[in-house]
Amino acid sequence: MAQVVLRNVGKVYDRKVRAVEGFNLDIRDGEFVVFVGPSGCGKSTTLRMIAGLEDITEGTVDIGGRVVNHVHPKDRDIAMVFQNYALYPHMTVFKNLAFGLMLRKMPKEEIRRRVGEAARLLGIEQLLERKPKALSGGQRQRVALGRAIVREPQVFLFDEPLSNLDAKLRVVTRTELKNLHQRLRTTTIYVTHDQEEAMTLGDRIVVMSNGRIQQVDTPLNVYRRPVNRFVAAFLGSPPMNFVEGTIAREGQRPVFVGGDWLRLALPADQPGVAADLARHEGRPLVLGFRPNAMSEHAAGKFAPPGGGNALRLATTVVEPLGDKIDVSCQTPAGQRLIARIDARDNFPAGQTIEFFLDPEHVHVFEPGEFGPNILRPPA
Amino acid sequence: MPEQPAQPRTTIVGEGRAGLPISRVAVFAGLTLFGVTAAVPFVWQILMSLATLTDVDLLTQTGFPPTLLPSNYGLVFERVPFAKYFFNSFFVAGWVTILQVITCAMAAYAFSRVQWPGREKVFLLYLGTLMIPGVVLMVPNFAVVLGLGMFNSYWGLIIPGAFSAFGTFMLRQFMLTIPTSLDEAAAIDGAGHWRIFTEVVLPLARPGVIVLAIFCFLGNYNSFFWPLILVKDVNLRTLPLGLLVFDSSYGRETPLIMAASLMAMVPPVVIFLLLNRYLVKGIQLGAVKG
Repeated sequence: MAQVVLRNVGKVYDRKVRAVEGFNLDIRDGEFVVFVGPSGCGKSTTLRMIAGLEDITEGTVDIGGRVVNHVHPKDRDIAMVFQNYALYPHMTVFKNLAFGLMLRKMPKEEIRRRVGEAARLLGIEQLLERKPKALSGGQRQRVALGRAIVREPQVFLFDEPLSNLDAKLRVVTRTELKNLHQRLRTTTIYVTHDQEEAMTLGDRIVVMSNGRIQQVDTPLNVYRRPVNRFVAAFLGSPPMNFVEGTIAREGQRPVFVGGDWLRLALPADQPGVAADLARHEGRPLVLGFRPNAMSEHAAGKFAPPGGGNALRLATTVVEPLGDKIDVSCQTPAGQRLIARIDARDNFPAGQTIEFFLDPEHVHVFEPGEFGPNILRPPA
Repeated sequence: MPEQPAQPRTTIVGEGRAGLPISRVAVFAGLTLFGVTAAVPFVWQILMSLATLTDVDLLTQTGFPPTLLPSNYGLVFERVPFAKYFFNSFFVAGWVTILQVITCAMAAYAFSRVQWPGREKVFLLYLGTLMIPGVVLMVPNFAVVLGLGMFNSYWGLIIPGAFSAFGTFMLRQFMLTIPTSLDEAAAIDGAGHWRIFTEVVLPLARPGVIVLAIFCFLGNYNSFFWPLILVKDVNLRTLPLGLLVFDSSYGRETPLIMAASLMAMVPPVVIFLLLNRYLVKGIQLGAVKG
């Protein structure tokens, strides 16, 4: 097991196309870190640089206290699970698992012991004589996992390992992966574009876009306190609602004004926040709130003292999810918002309804795709 | 968890059922016609190989030799060292095939799996050599072989065929269809290029290698012109050259030519029957994978 330290890592293809820039990260021994971002954000490239499958253009990668920039992948003491599993089609499952150990000239007995142990751990003992072709997607996935485990490497690298599985199997395997990590405690770096996977698996998640790190934090912190509008929009499903407007002052309280239909008193009791808000008064800003920060009842957290958090919206589409329903609404300005509220029968579509917003769970961003969150309380 | 092996089963509606009778009859009639047309020359060859020298010329009128002479086949071996020719053909074609498969596979690996500067340009240069007709190369090849002292020897027959741009091209196209993540997985598992080549890429390229081997063997087994200009020694003659003995300025011995060529045809036919599923795959290779 080992720490992985990336310092100012960058990747430029053909001296023209920049894929990764200024990547700095300290991954602790035994930690499970997830790189997440839309396709083309550089997450896989970064992982492949750690694996040694791509040259590192700038900066250094350090595994277990050793800079590995020019070390061959086989000597980095890592194991990788690929999106398409990359099982050797002409070898049996046993040989697939044993191949890496054979190349390292490990004694036969030791190979048999390790393969047996990994197979037991993953429940694939009865498959050892089969070829990959005769396995289901889930079984192949486990064999790929087994091939990584038998090596007992310092670091596991996963490149979207669940994306070829069907939705149900993906959730099951996800849990197994987490369970496995809790047992083995091997440092793990996991790449995915699926924000749900990132949230559920990671000790910490690294949100990337355009080759840069946007935010590194625990899943809940990233969800609750996104540093900018990109991170806020990327994590969470359905995505966060955004409304353009400005900050005005009503008496002592800062108020977010969006057109003539939204006047929301902002919480300004935390130190520093009031000053931050005051600094942005009168400038164009963006209010962000998640669908579950809306309710049709002005009760509990949706009933702040002084009120002023009601929105009158026209409902267009109602999508029942079981215990919740997603309501698509239109603002008077014609913008589409989504509210996730408690389910009830016969929720009316096509009517104007009053919704209430939880002022404790709103964010205010500067304009632009990467506009910083000015309400983010210091960690 | 649904853990059943995923086995694709395709059912085409209507397949296996009788279609419209008229169209089926037409199709079968057409196929029969093609089959007969293809078979006639061989039947004719067999008949000629069993005829006497005088009967052969009358065969177009009689349609069947009046006396059958199976001894023609034995006579071939008495008149010329036919077994030696067989050996020579196998020996030369076998070695050319082995060497060509090795060199082409290695070159194809370099052109498909290893990144090096100028790779695509050099490959285009290779392909360019395919545009030059083989006959044009005869004279320079001959000069080189002569200069190397390989004239009138097995070396001279084998070495020029030990490499081929076509084979490299074919295997490269095949190797490009093998996912590179397998190489990467093997590299992380601890394999260098040689291991990746021998233990991962080559086994997976087997269908392509077999097709190349078949093409190569058959092509060299039948090769006529190069041995003709290179070989003077009777004992170095290959089968196609051997057949020429019966067609000399003193007369053409048609029954013996037919008997000998019929025997010479046996190995290719056997190879085709044994490996024809790979050959079909090889033809698809060019068609589908591109």
